[in-house]
Amino acid sequence: MPLTVERTSPTTLRITRRFKASPERVFAAHVEPALIQRWCYGFEGWRMPVCINDARPGGELRWEWANDEGAGFHVTGTYEAVEPPRDGRPGRIVHVERMHMPDPTPDNHIETTFAPDGDGTLLTLVMRMDSPEAMEAMIATGMTDGMETTYARIDELEPAAA
Amino acid sequence: MPLIDSALLALADPTRRAILARLAKGEATVMELAAPFDMSQPAVSHHLKVLEQAGLITRGRRGTSRPCRLAPDGLADVESWLTGLRAAMESNYDRLDALLAEDDPQQET
Repeated sequence: MPLTVERTSPTTLRITRRFKASPERVFAAHVEPALIQRWCYGFEGWRMPVCINDARPGGELRWEWANDEGAGFHVTGTYEAVEPPRDGRPGRIVHVERMHMPDPTPDNHIETTFAPDGDGTLLTLVMRMDSPEAMEAMIATGMTDGMETTYARIDELEPAAA
Repeated sequence: MPLIDSALLALADPTRRAILARLAKGEATVMELAAPFDMSQPAVSHHLKVLEQAGLITRGRRGTSRPCRLAPDGLADVESWLTGLRAAMESNYDRLDALLAEDDPQQET
């Protein structure tokens, strides 16, 4: 089931993915901390040791990631709307988040919808930054920080100055 | 040294990464770049030279100033970033598929 990632404007990204499971179950996997920790950690070698997720309007979230080499970062955010899917109507989560690298990235406003699609679910994320400059800054941060492990390897390659 | 390796070494310095993040917001002169870093202009010029040699920034000419901007084909490339984002999300959602397939829906409360 292919993922689509589309840059829909200078400040927005739209991501879609289909699931075989019902909207109720895909929604639960996005709000229950013990479930989130089992799938939401990006690449192999990483994990999410801390998942605080108060999924209700005004509730705070704090997700912390760590890898086997001792590196880590975290995301903080606030929920604005949390509406479970019900009676065939799509569910919806609206929250704002930022990454701490440790300096915070610009705020990312994310609307996630869980729509019925046959027996399964069409998941849609719309990410919106406050300005095109904020989007560029996030992209620049993401690119440079994604390379941290590469720098660590470069450091190891430096000959000992003895 | 291949260009990609010099780019990685250029990025291995926090000041140079901060300069790139600033340039992601738009072009800037040496004086503008030096201001937030509490650093002399010659020191900033040295970092800019490393970044320029690594192909990460380009420098124009306007009178006596040489404004800096991100190189269009540098590492701060939107498509590369989207590729990384896509790869991370695909890993996440493949695991979520497996999780949802393995958990018995009857156990949900």
